Amino acid sequence: MKKIPIKFTINGQQREALVQPNDLLINLLRDELYLTGTKYGCGIGECGACTVFLDDELVLACLILAVTVDGKEITTIEGLARGKELHPMQISFLKNAAVQCGFCTPGMIMTAISLMKENPDPSEEEIREYMRGNICRCTGYTQIIKAIKEYAHSMKG
Amino acid sequence: MSKHKIVGKPIPRYDARAKVTGSLKYADDFILPGMLYGKVLRSIYPAAKILSIDTTEAKRLEGVKAVLTAKDVPNNETVTRFGQSTEVGKGFEGLYRVLADKKVRFMGEAVALVAAETEEIAEQALDLIKVNYEPLPGVFDPEEAMKPGAYLVGESGSNIIGEFGCSQGDVEKGFAESDVIIEDTYRVTFQDHAFMEPESGISWIDDYGVLNIRVSSQVIEHFRDVADVLGIPHNKVRYIGTIMGGGFGGKEDITVESYLALLTWYTKKPVRLVYNRDETFMCHSKRHPFVMKYKVGAKKDGKLVALEAELIGDSGGYPYLSAWVTLYATVNAAGPYVVPNVKVKADVVLTNNTFTSANRGFGAPQPNVAYESIMDELSRKLNIDPVEMRRINCITTGGALSTTGQVFNTYVAFPEAAEKAWEALGEPSDSEDENIKVGRGLAVGLMSYGRMTFLHDTSRCYVKLESDGSVLIRSGIPDLGAGQISLLCQIVAEELGVPMSKIRIYHSDTALTPLAGTTTATRQCYMSGNATLKAAREVRSRILKKAVEILNVNEGNLDIVDENVVVTYDPSQYVSLNKVVKACDTAGIELFCEAQFNAPFTPVPDLSNIRGTTHPDFTFGAQSAEVTVDIETGQVKVNKIVTCYDVGKAINKAAVEGQMEGGSIYGMGYALYEDYQLEKGVPKTLSFAEYRIPSSLDVPEVETILIESGGGLGPYGAKGIGEPACSIIAPALINAVYDAVGVRIKSLPITPDKILKALKEKSL
Repeated sequence: MKKIPIKFTINGQQREALVQPNDLLINLLRDELYLTGTKYGCGIGECGACTVFLDDELVLACLILAVTVDGKEITTIEGLARGKELHPMQISFLKNAAVQCGFCTPGMIMTAISLMKENPDPSEEEIREYMRGNICRCTGYTQIIKAIKEYAHSMKG
Repeated sequence: MSKHKIVGKPIPRYDARAKVTGSLKYADDFILPGMLYGKVLRSIYPAAKILSIDTTEAKRLEGVKAVLTAKDVPNNETVTRFGQSTEVGKGFEGLYRVLADKKVRFMGEAVALVAAETEEIAEQALDLIKVNYEPLPGVFDPEEAMKPGAYLVGESGSNIIGEFGCSQGDVEKGFAESDVIIEDTYRVTFQDHAFMEPESGISWIDDYGVLNIRVSSQVIEHFRDVADVLGIPHNKVRYIGTIMGGGFGGKEDITVESYLALLTWYTKKPVRLVYNRDETFMCHSKRHPFVMKYKVGAKKDGKLVALEAELIGDSGGYPYLSAWVTLYATVNAAGPYVVPNVKVKADVVLTNNTFTSANRGFGAPQPNVAYESIMDELSRKLNIDPVEMRRINCITTGGALSTTGQVFNTYVAFPEAAEKAWEALGEPSDSEDENIKVGRGLAVGLMSYGRMTFLHDTSRCYVKLESDGSVLIRSGIPDLGAGQISLLCQIVAEELGVPMSKIRIYHSDTALTPLAGTTTATRQCYMSGNATLKAAREVRSRILKKAVEILNVNEGNLDIVDENVVVTYDPSQYVSLNKVVKACDTAGIELFCEAQFNAPFTPVPDLSNIRGTTHPDFTFGAQSAEVTVDIETGQVKVNKIVTCYDVGKAINKAAVEGQMEGGSIYGMGYALYEDYQLEKGVPKTLSFAEYRIPSSLDVPEVETILIESGGGLGPYGAKGIGEPACSIIAPALINAVYDAVGVRIKSLPITPDKILKALKEKSL
């Protein structure tokens, strides 16, 4: 298959890559850029483990063709911290023990950040509704919801 | 030590930072130059004869480096083990077959392996392998499979692969004396583990010809089993266990490792193999479905008199850990109740369904559904409050299990747990809609922690205080996401008075870390916790002995706090830990220790009548729930779940609460949604859309109540909590639905369809 050249910004850095027309964004991220924080959980958009930002829009990397990111900006879990300083949502997940096996965590954090952008003061019901596409098998969600609530609360103050 | 410094605190996990930044390398996140991609050809029939396999075309495809079938496997048939070094016999070690040979036993069974330069080529090669099958009728119902003349799943003359029993008293006499008798059949279905991380790993041969496998596994002791498959010495296989993205028992059996080993052994190249999600649904174990026929008799005052249970478990196509799971079910069959007359019989049977094996709870959740539903029914019939019913019948400290007679020498948290779980539900919610009914349910239970005592379980750990005051731990402990490695770090931090940030742990590597045993059976806090405590205390004692010389104070008056050895009655007198370490180094005192902890050992019981101790100890608890049921749609909504367990001592409070919350929801999924469906052996639910697990929107906040009796056998009096936490929420929900709408659902999951059907039948 003929490879297609694309240019994009990944976590603030400009990059180029050659991709096949049927390559998915998840393959580009994991296999070409070695950004393995984005997880393969189901491959068909049902678990949320590969959630990333594409130009500020939340997408599932397993459902997006790699060629379509040409000219766009991608942010993955690896792009959240500034040096050693974690994103406050990462800190809130740490502090609230919202991490068990951690496999859903990167996707959860990306979705939670998106929620905060859209709705900085969500109710518990709104948080649960927004997070429903990110599946977690370990936590029962209690501490994840708490982490998001606490983040929202700290941003208000 | 009177007061703990870090034990008991809700501290962030050792591995949590690497998880929130995405830097942690799971099994699927690791690649090697020149690696090949492995793929598995799966059977398209649940029961069939393999007449021939032609791999010629697949082998000819450019980029294909190996195509292997059963005839290429040096030892294609060995036995299923889960890390034990004890020879148990008596049918426990069932057949482990690497690749299907002659006869296929379940749909999705591995038939051939491919390694190729790309994933696409490997997939194309699978399509080019020609397997000539002759479909066979098969058998898909365990009760059918038990009958004489049934289709034989395997090669032996019977499908029954395990028979267990236990009894005490005289049940006939007991039923004759009973005022009320309830007789019913309960059914539970397959549950998938649905861990987020699919089975995955990578293998390579190192400079000295050793086969290395870096894999997501709960049992790194499988290195021996893989060596046996290849027919090479055990020390020529090395397992490097990765931090797992969940396991729940689904990574307790060998998954990808034998395939990786074979492909690397033949190609001499690194091979990577990751299951697709549909492959993980179809090709790994499930929780055993059970048919459970119960008869329970009680006196008018509520006192239980007799319990008879007949359990039939579906093993699917292969035994795996079915015998062990069924033994657990047998031991748990009468729950935590005093019943003078008990008779339990349990069979586990091969069928042509997906194979079943370990799943969080390991044979306890199934009988819990039956006996706790019946207890609820009895309390209603006798008009006794549900908590009072437990007060009347629950075992208390010093009592014994009614199935096996095992005596409980540690604190038994009954009726305390039941009272607390029920009370915490608070005032019942109101319903403004007359079609929405509110109901509440309670269930109690017990679940062992630590392996069966006749397995002679051990764990080892190495602790070293470095010359700069930092600490190194080496433990073979696999971490499945519940915080196993972090727990060991916390114990060492407590004992050596150093912060978590100064501790490094190397874990789950059969070449470099002392074997700690499997991360199964809720055993690691108890077993590896104690091994680590033993090693850390030895190093601590050597430090304190040296400090005695420096401070001229008795050892009993010294403690290590914040990296100083301090005099407990006068903290102004101290010496820095660093200084003591240097003094020890100069004097040639070893500041390292490898310690082994042994669980109590017992002989293998008579399996037809199991008596006495089978487990080191049990964790006791209660779960309660409030639900609403819509009588027009049959929809159940869970308003609240309360989970109360005696955890002995919560070493990391946040982690323990996390286990209790997550366990409750794992059990809630089992009760309400999860149903791995097969039609004549053909799986129908191979995605998260078809196999629904709870989402954030489905679940309520879980309230956890920790009882800390200090009575556990683990470090600081801790008990295990991982499996107990999920094991009784299903009956609590069955009982809550009954309370709401007056119908009892006797098969899981509790679907809207079943509720509507039962409501219709009730109104007729």
